[in-house]
Amino acid sequence: MTMDALEVVKPGLLTTVQDLGRIGCQKYGVPSSGAMDQTALRAANLLVGNEEGAAGLEATGEGPALRALADSVVAIVGPDMEPLIEGRPVECGAATEIRSGQLLELGRVRRGLRAYLAVGGGIDVPLMLGSRSTCLPAAFGGFHGRALRGGDILAVGAAATRPAGIKGRRLPRGWLGPLGEALTLRVTLGPQDDRFTPEGIRTFLTGTYRLMPEMDRMGVRLQGPPILHRSGADVISDSIPLGAVQVPADGQPIILLADRQTTGGYAKIAVVLKEDVYRLAQTTPGQVVHFRQMSVEEAQAGLWRYEARFQALQQAWQGEGEHPNYILQHKNRSYRVGVEGGEGTYRVSVQKQADRKREGGEET
Amino acid sequence: MVELGDGINVALNLQVRALGLAVERAGLAGVQEAVPTYRSLAIYYDPLRIGRGALKENIDALLCSTLDQVGHRSRVVEIPTVYGGICGPDLEFVARHTGLSEDEVIRLHTEPLYHVYMLGFTGGFPYLGGLSERLSIPRLHTPRLKVPAGSVGIAGTQTGVYPVESPGGWRIIGRTSLCLFDPSRQIPTPILPGDKVRFLQIPQQASQETATAARH
Repeated sequence: MTMDALEVVKPGLLTTVQDLGRIGCQKYGVPSSGAMDQTALRAANLLVGNEEGAAGLEATGEGPALRALADSVVAIVGPDMEPLIEGRPVECGAATEIRSGQLLELGRVRRGLRAYLAVGGGIDVPLMLGSRSTCLPAAFGGFHGRALRGGDILAVGAAATRPAGIKGRRLPRGWLGPLGEALTLRVTLGPQDDRFTPEGIRTFLTGTYRLMPEMDRMGVRLQGPPILHRSGADVISDSIPLGAVQVPADGQPIILLADRQTTGGYAKIAVVLKEDVYRLAQTTPGQVVHFRQMSVEEAQAGLWRYEARFQALQQAWQGEGEHPNYILQHKNRSYRVGVEGGEGTYRVSVQKQADRKREGGEET
Repeated sequence: MVELGDGINVALNLQVRALGLAVERAGLAGVQEAVPTYRSLAIYYDPLRIGRGALKENIDALLCSTLDQVGHRSRVVEIPTVYGGICGPDLEFVARHTGLSEDEVIRLHTEPLYHVYMLGFTGGFPYLGGLSERLSIPRLHTPRLKVPAGSVGIAGTQTGVYPVESPGGWRIIGRTSLCLFDPSRQIPTPILPGDKVRFLQIPQQASQETATAARH
């Protein structure tokens, strides 16, 4: 079930529909795309009771103005675009109800770059090659393969959780981490670090690099001490992972991002950890970047810690949306009944609606 | 990244393709995708679901069982192409640069059965091997901002077709109305790695008819 939910009044600088990307199609030369800052999109989805990977809007630099065509619940996560509903400030990183006819306006970002808007039920655009993400280089996916324009009407899917159950959800303070001036990106060396001199690798790991104005969804260019190759920058073209640091002949690194081309022929000295690729999505030209080496084992341990942050959110909000809830009316009181299923065994919890204090016990 | 050698040749490329297919067929939990290129296979996996050591063991086993049985039937995909004119604005330059007539350029380009080494760039660009050395030509100094979808280009010792409109620095000698990228299909490209490709010269008129027919 889908319904029209949002009308684009002003599109903002570059607003696209994105989910967690297109997996499995790089062999066809199709970029993976997806949200540039997946940390923010996943959190926004959890706030409104969606699956983490539901499609939302990625607003860049200056956000859109949207008119609600139905009552829904939204969450905006990422740098502060000073959102307003009908002129009243909206809290970032919190589930917020919006009524049909109300205007939601996102402004210009002061720090950071990309904010994410999730809507209960998720933005409903056709699945293309397994994803709802917009692929700008090949002009498909998302909303007709392009950035939003004024007058576009966006539909949403059926919301998994009713707005009442998630009102008041907000991200813990500092959960997203700071938007610092200087950014240290953790990398694992390879796949072609053997194409660089030891001096070149030292330069890369100790040098100070500055982000150049050439930055978009495909990649960012950096400027700093040149990284020396052993013998030329060219390799036989191969697959480019997300966060690959490729170094052309001029020795100035380029980090490849969501809409990167799938294959390329410059030697790749290292790959940036996903979590840090998402932080990179919030940087702006002129900012300073350092690289820090990690072993694959350390990087994977970092990934477990990263995922634990999302599990903590889910656990904190469980019972409000993860499992079906029933409302029981009894002697003028209402109770919320949660059921967790198993093989012939069910755990039933009962909460009094008014004060949410557990009234009944558990029954098996 | 599994590197099977260092060079560009069909035998090595077919080994990469065989391993890619074997990895997909094995359906290992946690393996997200395998991307075959000229001489290496990139395997993307979720380390939360499969450890690096376990993955390596599985791949090593597949390597032993697949590399000696590359038995593989290539399909031949024909690409009807209009050469020269507005479809191939660089044909004249290529002829002048190579000291050939335009007809000779077309003959040399339509003669070989090209090997599809890989798909890449954005949206199914086929990297083809087998271009006549006599057609070798440098890229444009300044890439075009917009190359129309279906444009057939050459650069260095390579030839290929632009599946979608994109910027590009290859010399454009013709255009095909064959759709090389359709994201609404489960397999979005008619050409797959390991296939063979032949260009067929067709007159301008026929191309328009094909395009019209394709639309209906």
